[in-house]
Amino acid sequence: MLTNRSKLVVKKDMTFWERIYLPAILSGISITIKHLFRKSATVRYPEKKREISAIWRGQHVLKRDENGAERCTACGLCAVACPAEAITMVAAERKKGEEALYREEKYAASYEINMLRCIFCGLCEEACPKEAIFLTDRIVSTDYGRGQFIYDKSKLVEPVDKRIDVSKRQTSAVLEFKKLKYFSHNK
Amino acid sequence: MVKLTIDGVEVQVAEGTTILNAARQIGGDLVPPAMCYYTSLKETGGKCRVCLVKVAQTSTKDPRPMPKLVASCRTNVMDGMVVHNITSPEVLEARKGVVEFLLINHPLDCPICDQAGECDLQNLAYEHGAAGTRYEEDRRTFEKIDIGDKIKLHMTRCILCYRCTFVADQLTNDRVHGVLNRGDKSEISTYIQKAIDNDYSGNMIDVCPVGALTDNTFRFKSRVWFTKPLDAHRNCEKCCGKVVLFMKGDEVLRVSARKDQYGEVREFICNECRYGHKKLSDWNVEGPRHIDRNSVISQNHYEQIDLTKLKKEIDRQIDFEKGKPLPQANPPLLT
Repeated sequence: MLTNRSKLVVKKDMTFWERIYLPAILSGISITIKHLFRKSATVRYPEKKREISAIWRGQHVLKRDENGAERCTACGLCAVACPAEAITMVAAERKKGEEALYREEKYAASYEINMLRCIFCGLCEEACPKEAIFLTDRIVSTDYGRGQFIYDKSKLVEPVDKRIDVSKRQTSAVLEFKKLKYFSHNK
Repeated sequence: MVKLTIDGVEVQVAEGTTILNAARQIGGDLVPPAMCYYTSLKETGGKCRVCLVKVAQTSTKDPRPMPKLVASCRTNVMDGMVVHNITSPEVLEARKGVVEFLLINHPLDCPICDQAGECDLQNLAYEHGAAGTRYEEDRRTFEKIDIGDKIKLHMTRCILCYRCTFVADQLTNDRVHGVLNRGDKSEISTYIQKAIDNDYSGNMIDVCPVGALTDNTFRFKSRVWFTKPLDAHRNCEKCCGKVVLFMKGDEVLRVSARKDQYGEVREFICNECRYGHKKLSDWNVEGPRHIDRNSVISQNHYEQIDLTKLKKEIDRQIDFEKGKPLPQANPPLLT
């Protein structure tokens, strides 16, 4: 015997009470009725949303700087940090006259995150030297196909007129650290 | 033959060897780093000062220590010499200072720079430097220059190791490339923007320890750790034809010469191999290139493990974790 939890099955005829099934049905219905008066374990999403943690890691955003230029410089550190290998990018050189669009002389011509691969660990955010990528409190929406889950720049970069607040993502310890003069070269 | 001790390890080398090369014969952690010294180029070395070591005893005949730290790439060994490198806190402190000096004017644009991931200065600063800076003034800046159509010069990133000028001097026939001005105004010059069309000029890219000279055909194409390096060769009339192909998918993004464990090219390649053959069918592929595990390029690259080597590495790591002291240097005979 491999386990002490095995049960010997005996096939014997049912008694009269067992054969009419009524007691079993009644006990089942009583359990169901009991649950009707209990507090429900689920919420009616999306009409009602559950409160989420302040450091919730949801859909990514590619931030713009104060002037509206994209911060991402396609350095590839997020992609190399990504344990799920969900991030791919193609870099391009900024041309003259595009200074208002891209902050650095190199920018991401394409930047894609495969949301099916992503495990929302936040390592990309941690690796980013330019404070470009952040995980926000938004939830990645569902869809019927797989292709729609490959988010490109049109879904990731924040709109200029509709900025996405990530101030919660930067704890006071991080903000304090950034003030250190010693690391001013990181700007 | 001459006998000397480096960090307590005794070694016998030929007369006229430099301390740096003697240390390289021992190998391992006690090899001083080098940013400007280049084995396959004559007269290099003595400029960057990161290979500084302490000579506790000059020789058996003259047991006095050398008064100052010396550049190990330019100092020849003597019989009975006692050298301290990583066992001397003085050397480590000085090296940290040198790294800080090298970084004073170096822009920290690694996220943009194509050299990032295979940059000697990055590795050096990571191992020996401090994370912060004390420098408050503006860094010197230069305009980008195209040297020919294939090489881009970012003078801002240059640490003035002079390796590229030695390439221009020793591998090419004309001297079209030198250093102008002095001090922090020094500038690699192409002699009034004269394009370099010599056959071996592309090697300037490989010898550059930082991202000052980069391949224009590879510019912003891909980060180096997203490429798969392959060893390959072709029959070339001008050079050895042994190269590394940096692949992305089926595309050859960049061709470079093979670098040894100290990041030095032993066999230079010609410009035709470097720029002219960007098709995989032009090359006989030998196999994936071995990449050091410490390198970021080894990320997501898989290769067969040499189990004996792995065991050695694990043992070394365990010893290090246990805080095993490094071999003690011989005490000086006279004090």
